[in-house]
Formats: sequence, structure tokens, C-alpha cells
Amino acid sequence: MADITADIAPGPTAGSSDPAAGRLTTADGQPLARALARAQARSRRRALLLVAPLLLFVLITFVVPIGQMLYRSVHNDAFARNMPNLAIWFADHPAGTEPDEAAFAALAADLQKARADKTAGEVGTRINYEISGTRSLFTSSARNADDLQPPYRESVLALDEDWGDPRLWQVMRGASTAYTASFYLAALDLTRDETGAIARVEENRRVYVRLFVKTLALSALITGICLMLGFPVAHLLAVLPLARSNLLMILVLLPFWTSLLVRTTSWMVLLQEQGVINNMLVAGGVIDDGSRIRMMYNQAGTIIAMVHILLPFMILPLYSVMRPINPSYVRAARSLGATSWTAFRRVYLPQTLPGIGAGSLLVFILAVGYYITPALVGGASGQLISNLIAYHMQDSLNWSMAAALAAILLAIVLMLYWLYDRLIGIDNMKLG
Amino acid sequence: MALPIYASPLERVWHWTYRVLCALIFLFLIAPILIVIPLSFNAEPYFTFTEKMLSLDPTGYSLRWYDLLLTFGMQAPDAARDGGWWGDVWRNATWVQVAKNSVVIGFFSTLLATALGTLAALGLSRPEMPFRRSIMAILISPMIVPIIITATGLFFFYSSIGIRNWGVPYLGVILAHATLGIPFVIITVTATLVGFDHSLTRAAASLGAAPATIFRKITLPLILPGMVSGALFAFVTSFDEVVVVMFIAAPDEQTIPRQMWNGIREQISPAILSVATILVVVSVLLLATIEILRRRGERLRGVTPA
Amino acid sequence: MKKLLILSTALTGLAATAQADITVLSWGGAYEKSQVEAYNKPFTAETGIAINMTAADNPATPIKAQVEAGNVTVDVADVEYADAIRLCDEGLLEEIDPAILPAAPDGTPATEDFLPGALTDCAVASIVFSTVFAYDASKFPDAPPATIADFFDTEKFPGKRGMRKGAKVNLEMALMADGVPADEVYAMLETDEGIDRAFAKLDTIKNDVVWWEAGAQPPQLLADGEVAMTTAYNGRIFAAAVAESKPFEVVWDGQVYEYDLFVIPKGAPNLDEALEYVKFATDTQRLADQAKWISYGPARKSSGPLVGLYEDGKTEMAPHMPTSAENLTNALPSSYEFWVDRDSELNERFNAWLAG
Repeated sequence: MADITADIAPGPTAGSSDPAAGRLTTADGQPLARALARAQARSRRRALLLVAPLLLFVLITFVVPIGQMLYRSVHNDAFARNMPNLAIWFADHPAGTEPDEAAFAALAADLQKARADKTAGEVGTRINYEISGTRSLFTSSARNADDLQPPYRESVLALDEDWGDPRLWQVMRGASTAYTASFYLAALDLTRDETGAIARVEENRRVYVRLFVKTLALSALITGICLMLGFPVAHLLAVLPLARSNLLMILVLLPFWTSLLVRTTSWMVLLQEQGVINNMLVAGGVIDDGSRIRMMYNQAGTIIAMVHILLPFMILPLYSVMRPINPSYVRAARSLGATSWTAFRRVYLPQTLPGIGAGSLLVFILAVGYYITPALVGGASGQLISNLIAYHMQDSLNWSMAAALAAILLAIVLMLYWLYDRLIGIDNMKLG
Repeated sequence: MALPIYASPLERVWHWTYRVLCALIFLFLIAPILIVIPLSFNAEPYFTFTEKMLSLDPTGYSLRWYDLLLTFGMQAPDAARDGGWWGDVWRNATWVQVAKNSVVIGFFSTLLATALGTLAALGLSRPEMPFRRSIMAILISPMIVPIIITATGLFFFYSSIGIRNWGVPYLGVILAHATLGIPFVIITVTATLVGFDHSLTRAAASLGAAPATIFRKITLPLILPGMVSGALFAFVTSFDEVVVVMFIAAPDEQTIPRQMWNGIREQISPAILSVATILVVVSVLLLATIEILRRRGERLRGVTPA
Repeated sequence: MKKLLILSTALTGLAATAQADITVLSWGGAYEKSQVEAYNKPFTAETGIAINMTAADNPATPIKAQVEAGNVTVDVADVEYADAIRLCDEGLLEEIDPAILPAAPDGTPATEDFLPGALTDCAVASIVFSTVFAYDASKFPDAPPATIADFFDTEKFPGKRGMRKGAKVNLEMALMADGVPADEVYAMLETDEGIDRAFAKLDTIKNDVVWWEAGAQPPQLLADGEVAMTTAYNGRIFAAAVAESKPFEVVWDGQVYEYDLFVIPKGAPNLDEALEYVKFATDTQRLADQAKWISYGPARKSSGPLVGLYEDGKTEMAPHMPTSAENLTNALPSSYEFWVDRDSELNERFNAWLAG
């Protein structure tokens, strides 16, 4: 905007502080530059004012809730709040201190308190996130906590010798402050060993990294299939006369407008072992009744249904890029002696790259966060990272873990979104 | 795309292979949606074609699953089908209840999304708008952020502010669905404002029209098609949304897709297919509306279809 | 704009009629139906309090989530024994004084009328149910499976298996199938070797399993032909076999049985009505009535003699009950002491195993 003002009131005289200003003035004698700047500021304010209600709305109903949820991934006070004596002992003694009689006395007092307040389960659950098998240690010890008496060290260890485990004390120290990075460590299949160093968790508990990789790989695969199926169709739609392509476009838009659950249901009907496709194959003699193909409740189900659901998101951007491509370039290439393959590869394909980029990124972004379809047709092997977040939200109720996984997923998606904005521009997003 | 006469035999083969390929992909797109329609009239509780259906025997078809949609959840489904029976359907039938909830939630969230979204789109398409790109990115993000993240965030947020105790039914779900619908309104309304000639409004202003008049007489007619198609998108988004409902809706605020989710997991009886069929019909109607609006909008703005 | 206003008022009015008085969270499907018929309909007729039934795969988890998030929408929930004890221990449930429960018709107080262990600080049992395995008889016409070991034998009995997605019951059944006597199962599971052994047994059929979550799924999986055999709640198989005449057979060998109990989450929106409902639903007649709709045994002694025929008026219920003598020859009472502490740990291991 500065350059506009400079055009109208040129030279060093433009500044309003300059006493010589005012060569150009408005009707009421004000310097034009200042009046213009004021008018500009007013219209900027007005534009902002129009956007403000929505921005506020989205901040309150969307940004704040997500931020608040992500806060849980670094904040969990289940231990610190319910085990105050032990928390004080940890604060007073530096890391590496052997737990002494005072520590066990604090532990005994906290266990008695946990029994009275019914919080042993909560505390045990928090520690159990990091050392499997400790929830029962807390609940059963709390149940017998009233029998504890000095010397507490012997008394507690008599209750259960697992209390002497240095790794347990290391984890309790970590949990004694409300702020923790341990959920992010866990989300990357890492943990702290008894010395406090970061180490990988045991082989049979490494789940998350593999699932992230699987989610990204499946999304890439789905994007690739969508591109392979979407490109020819979009090309056909782009080169057909408008009346016919509009007619065919309905075949793309109808799925786009049909409920996700309807489409998922349809695929279940088609893919089941007793479903339409298997029945057709059996009836046609392609396979016999005993060897029906398993296409659902596994990865194949997830891939087929998600390709179908996301395909329109690939076709539409491709189409909108291909439609305006002038066919005379390809014809010129052909007339200059290029084979049709060369003409396609060297002349046509480069012109469609923006569409390929837009469609692929959009499909990939949407695929990475998919939940419903894998949950319904994916079985055990077709689950994506969203399903695991839902599992921690709804079943294991490890909300801090769900938040940490969500934060990582969100970071991936936002990075892709940023890339999309840089490459394609959000304002160029089109619908239907 | 007629085949040029100089095409080589190989190119001819490719040309027809290509056509067949495209036809197969179109079939892949549309067949799953159409397949549920005949199956929903199955007289048997299977979701595959029976012998009778294939031989077009009328006894292989029936409306029993549509009937089940009405009777499921009723107090007295076997009573005589008089006014009282229909009253029972209206008050108690599960699918009727969830349909009512879906309509109420969809209506209010669309209203909110369209009103706020249109205002914002007007501001965003002004050339003077500061921070345009980042604000746009924030407003579009509900479409991009995985729904499970939005849903979990809202679950904790609404619990912490105790939104259920405010006494406004459906409030949480309506606000959430409005947020999810907003990107669509912004995108469609902004699209109608691309190439908007701002001298039109300036001319009106210089002729003494009040801002409200300018909006009503000049801006509104131009953006109306975009508003309506944005509103339809927002409505469909709400009408189809299940994850947020799963996380934050009260037990008496369940919607059609939520009930379908239950039905799919527990038993995909043809009753689910009859719901699916009804929804396919709804989406055909919506698509037709959108198409009519788009053409009208292009005519109005004098844009030839790209 | 005025039209819009009228429309929105009309829609709001329409919404208000959907309000229900209390919300009961249960397990869906045939079991929910039996509760609606035996408890809800007469309760609404008597008190005028309408009941909104909702379903969950396991009602204990949404209850815990709701109370911890401070957002309770459920008034009464129906949960398994170990979950009832654990939620109560964690202070997530309202206490229910057994003295308020109605006495048996002959005047025996509720505390003596209920089966041993059926009343706890926070929960009142309604039924005894069992997890069994069932098969599609048309798939095994000659030599049908008869023991829990057959369920894990995919060579002799080919076909997919359905199992609940979770550690509970699956580990017990795996050990019993591996030859561990029922009364030693939990002692074995207390040791790491025992757990490894159970998972090793599950490994042998892992690739053939379709996992189910909601109790209504297994009969559907059998009916669709997606599996040849599946573990299931016995009442669901009974309902499919008797009410829908499906060729399903229950194998009682290796069954794991336990109580299902009513609980009231802490902070339930309608506590008084919820207590009324629990009192009403667990009286002698109501518990006996439920057995008319599904083959679960009532938790009151006085209800036993009142159980007769299925609602079709001809099927004798007794042989279908988990507690009848001939079904108990190799049966395991589920140990709440074991699961109350170990549930989350073993489920975690189970999920890692499943993903691996």
C-alpha cells in the first residue's frame, strides 16, 4: 500500500511531518497523502471487522480446544497431586539418590492417603504407562497400606519387593513433577532406563513408530493409486466436449456428495466373504466356494474403500488444471515429429504438474488423518494412527498419550498444509 | 477427442484401451453407490442378490426394511396403523428421532457457518485485507486437521466449560459442526468474489447508496449462488459427520450417521441399506441444486465456463 | 428473515420432544432388548419416567471417561464385575446401600436373597452371563467341535474364528484350551510364564481371527459366514438361534461366567430416578422376567423358580442358562480379583501383540 501513496504524493515531501507538505490536498485542505492513508486504514479496519467475528469464533471453537488438548501431552499431575510427600522428597533429593528411610516413610504415608482418597488406581495408572505391571503394585499395596509401620523400608519391601526396583523410583521421580516429556518419548517408542538415559522400549511394545510409518506408507500408496486412476479420467473429462464431460462429471460428483458412511457400507456389502463380489466370482466359476477372497477386515479393505472415497479429491483439481490446457501444443509437438508418448511426456504432462501436486497433497493430507473407514473395514491390520488415538481416548483412557500422538499427527498434517499453501495456495482450493 | 486420421494402429489400440479403462474407473466410482439401491428392497435379510432378485421375481423384493426404519424403537409397533401409530413413530422410532436431530443440528450449524463465513469472505476478498494469507489458513484449517484431533479437543474443552449445563440443547454439536462447515462457505463465497469489480460498489457509493443498500442490491445477488452452495456444503458436512457426534453429543443428540455407525458395526441388515438409499437420493437432489446454482452464478457474472 | 425465525422456532420445538428422563448405558443388541422389555417398559408405565437406552462396547470405559472429564450424561450403566469393583475403588461411582433394595416376595431381605458376591458397595448384579464359543452347525455337519481345544484347532476345524478384542476371557480360554484345568487358570496367569503361554496359544490362531468389539457382532459374523466359530456372550447366540432360527450351537466347555451389574456414575444428572430404576429393575419379578427374553441367569435366588419359558411360550430356558449343572462341567468363574488390577496392563500387552 505504501507504494500507492508514494505514487500520488511523490518525493520527500510526502511525509506529513514535513512543513512543505500539502502540494496535493483534498477539498477540505488536508494533505492528500494523509487523507488517503487514513482512508486506507479505515478500509483495512473495515475488512478486519468483517473477518473478526469468524476469526474469534474459530479461535474459540477450534484453536483453543486443540491447544488445550495438546497441553495434556506435556502435563499430567496424576502422580504429583496424589503423592505429595513423595513429591517433596524427590524435590529435596537430587536425581541418583538412593531411596532412604525418609523416602519409604513418604511412600507409606502417600499410600495410606491414596487408600483413603481412592486414588491408588489413578496413581498406579500413571506409573503403569511407563512400567507395565505397576498398576497392581500400587492398588494392592494401597489396600494393605494401613498395616505399614516403621521401619518403613523393610515394611514396604515386605509388602512387595518390587518397591526396591531402581527403575520404578526413576519413573516416579519423573512423574513427581506435573510437566513431562515422557508421553512424547512413549509416542516414539522410547523410554528412560534406570539411569535416566533415553532408550528404546522392549521389542514387543514398539507400536507407535511402526504405525506412523504404516499410516504414511498407506497414505502414499492410496495417493498413488488415486493419481493412477484419477489422471486418465480427469484427462478424458478435460478433452471431451463440455456437454458430455459435464454429464460424466456427475459420476465423479455424486460419490463426492454421498455420505461417507453410505459409501463405507456399500464397500462392506461388496467386499464381504458372502458379499456381492465374492458371490459373483463364485457364480462365475473364477473361485470355488471354499476359497472366497478376503477383501475386508484387513489392509486391502482400508485401501479399496479409501481410494474410492478420496478419488474425487484427486480428479477435481486435476480436471481444473487440464481443462484450460491448449491442445495445440501437443499437436505442434506431434507435427514436429514427436511420438505421441514423447508429446505426452514432454509437453502435456509438465503442464498438468500443478494439478498433480494439488490433488496428491490434498488426498495425502486427508488420508493421513482418516478414522471412520479404517475403523469399519480395516480389521486389525488396516488401522491407522487416528484409530490408535481414538483407542487411547475411548478405551485405554490414556489421554496424555492420545494428546502426544495427536500432536505428532497434527505436526505432520500442518507441515503438509504449509507445503500446500506454498505450492498451490489455499485460495486456489476449489470445490465441485 | 476424436482419433486423428494419421493415428498409427498402436495408437488406435491404445485409444480404445484408454476408453475402456476410463469406463472401468467410472464404474468403480459409481457402482458402489448404486449397488445399495436394489439390495435395500431385498425380501431376505441378506445383503447380496438372491436368486429371486436376479430373476426379477416380484416376491424377491419388498419394502420390509423401509418399514423397519419406522417401527424400530417404537412403543407399540404392532398396533393398527392409524393416527396414534404414526404419532408413536414420530415420538419414538429411533431412525425418526435421529433424523430430527440431524436436521436440527444441520440447520443451525449451517445458518451459523453461512452467516459468519460470508461476512468473513467479504472481508477476505477486499484488497486492503491485512494478514490475508495467514488468516485464511486458520479459517480453512478445520477442513484439514484430522477430525479425531478436533473431536478430542472439543471433548475436553466442552467438558471443562460445562457446556451441557448451559441449558441450550445441541449447542456443542452445532458450534462444532459450524466450525467444520465454515471452510466450505469461505471457499465458495470467495470464489464468486474472484474478479469482483469493486468499482461497482464504489459507483453505487458515489451515487449515494447506503452500505446496506449496496450490499443488498449489488453484492448479495452476486455472491448468493456461492452462499447457497457453501451452505449446502456446510449442511452436508454436518449431516455426514459422525466422529464429533460420537465424542461430544449427549445420548439424546445422536444423528443419522451416528446411528448408521452403530448399525454397521452391529449388523448390516438391509435396513442400513435402506437408510443408505434414502441418503443417496438426498445427495442426488443436493448435487442437482448445486449444479443449477453454479450455472446460474456463471450466467450472472458473465463468466463462461472454464 | 421472519420465515427463518418461524422455521427455527419450529425446529427447536421439534428438538425438545426428543428429551428423555434418564439415560441407561448398556451393551446393545439382544441384551438391550431384553432390558427394554423386562425393565424399561414396565418402569415407564409405573413411574412415567422415560428411559433413553444407549449402547457401548463396554459401558465401563465411557463411564470412567465421563466422570474423569467431569461431563456425566449417563444415569445408570450396566458393567462387568471387575470393572464395577475398580470404578468403585477409584471413587467414580455412587455408593448404593443394599438396604434400599426391595426384599424377596417371601420377605427375605435383599442382602440374603442375592447370590453371593452379587452386591458390592457401588453395584447391584442383575444377571449371570457367560462367554462361550459357538459355531455354525451347517459348517460342521459330521463332527462338530465339542471342547475349547477344538476352538483353537484350525486344522481339524477349518475356518475363521471370531474373538473379542481384548485380553479378558481370551487368555483364560487359551490356557484351558492348552490343557490347564479351570481351577488352575488364574494361578497360572499370575506368573509371567502363564501369560506367555496364553499368548503363545493365541498366536496359533492369530491369523485366522476376526476381532469383534460389540456384543452384537459375533452372531452377525456367524450369520454372514465371516467366521465358522466365535466366542460370544451366550445370550446373544441363544437369541439368534431361537428367535431368528439360525443354526448356531453353543459349546459350554471352557465357558467363563460372571455377573453383570448396575452402577450409577458419580455425578449422574438424575441420581434419584437412577436409584429408583436400579431398585425397580433388580426386584424378584423383573429379574425373572428378563430371563424370558434372553438366556442369562437372574442374580436373585427368589427369581430362580419364576423362570420358565422363553417368550415364544415353548422353549425351556433352564438348559440355556450358564449356571445349569450340565453346562458347568468345565467352566471357569471369572476372577474379579485378578482382572481388577491386571486389566489395563494385560490389555496393553494384548494390543501390542495384536499390532505386532
